[in-house]
Amino acid sequence: MIEIDRTTLWLIIAGLGIGSFGLRFVFLGLVGDRELPEWALRHLRYTAVAILPALIAPLILWPRGAGGEFEPVRFSAGMATLAVAYVTKNVIAAMLTGAAILGIGLGLFG
Amino acid sequence: MSSYRRGVRDGLPFLLVIVPFGMLFGVLATEAGLSVAEALGFSVVVIAGAAQFTALQLLQDEAPTFIVLGSALAINLRMAMYSASMTPYLGKLPIWKRAIAAYFLVDQVYACAALDYERHPAESAGQRFAYFMGVVTPICPIWYVATLIGALAGGAISTGYGLDFALPIAFLAMIGPMLRTGPHVVAALVGALAAILFAWLPFNLGLIAGGLSGMIAGAEAERRMMQRKLA
Repeated sequence: MIEIDRTTLWLIIAGLGIGSFGLRFVFLGLVGDRELPEWALRHLRYTAVAILPALIAPLILWPRGAGGEFEPVRFSAGMATLAVAYVTKNVIAAMLTGAAILGIGLGLFG
Repeated sequence: MSSYRRGVRDGLPFLLVIVPFGMLFGVLATEAGLSVAEALGFSVVVIAGAAQFTALQLLQDEAPTFIVLGSALAINLRMAMYSASMTPYLGKLPIWKRAIAAYFLVDQVYACAALDYERHPAESAGQRFAYFMGVVTPICPIWYVATLIGALAGGAISTGYGLDFALPIAFLAMIGPMLRTGPHVVAALVGALAAILFAWLPFNLGLIAGGLSGMIAGAEAERRMMQRKLA
């Protein structure tokens, strides 16, 4: 364990807090109810469905819990979750499926 | 069902993710030498799991302050996209409500809200805010409490057994129902593929590259589909 300087630590906490809030507030606060152009709205419609896969795709291929190496149990659990979620549109059923495959798979092969 | 209660219902399953992750952060923070108050301060002030874990890791690596701040904020760049994406739905709210929504705009709340607002296009901005706060209710306060418990328990809690994969599972489950049309599937595939291709970029910029590529691909696919319908 290394000794972390207290002032630096709180500087980082405060800086991260202000910065994160700024990023979350920038459009909501500053654009507000002004009309956005059609091309901007068209791109914004695909924000969630583009960035969430971008966020997790590397984690599925190279999971941190397996030291950043491809790992078949986690990969299968992930793909099964996506398949159940896509077919049934049921978020909870998909999460439980993935958790079950992950738990059983890691129990057998982990 | 009221919009608020629908939000609470949609937010509840995320307890399965929030509780272990919050506790994990608390445990790792105390193991890194942070006090209970400092660990809790992180979760209340920053309220962004991935950025908190990154900052903690870099602190332990004795990285310079500006690198810690820069890297963790780069990971949070996606929040600006969330903010932009919520603006057409929540922009009519008074500024203080928009500020509250901005503070609570974490991954899980955003994912729920984005899905719900598309499913209920007729709702007013007020109903949407109620839904938003409904999702926040089981997620954000529990994030603080779980951090506190983890920090108090410290090393008594095991940090193994596939817990690392709870977040990807939760998000994959949410992506499924979002794939409603061809352009949505295109956006998701291009987003994932570009994030993998650009994973080598520093400061987690591969995520931003992936997100922007997916958005552009989805918007372009929609434009072409509309043209074909008109032709």
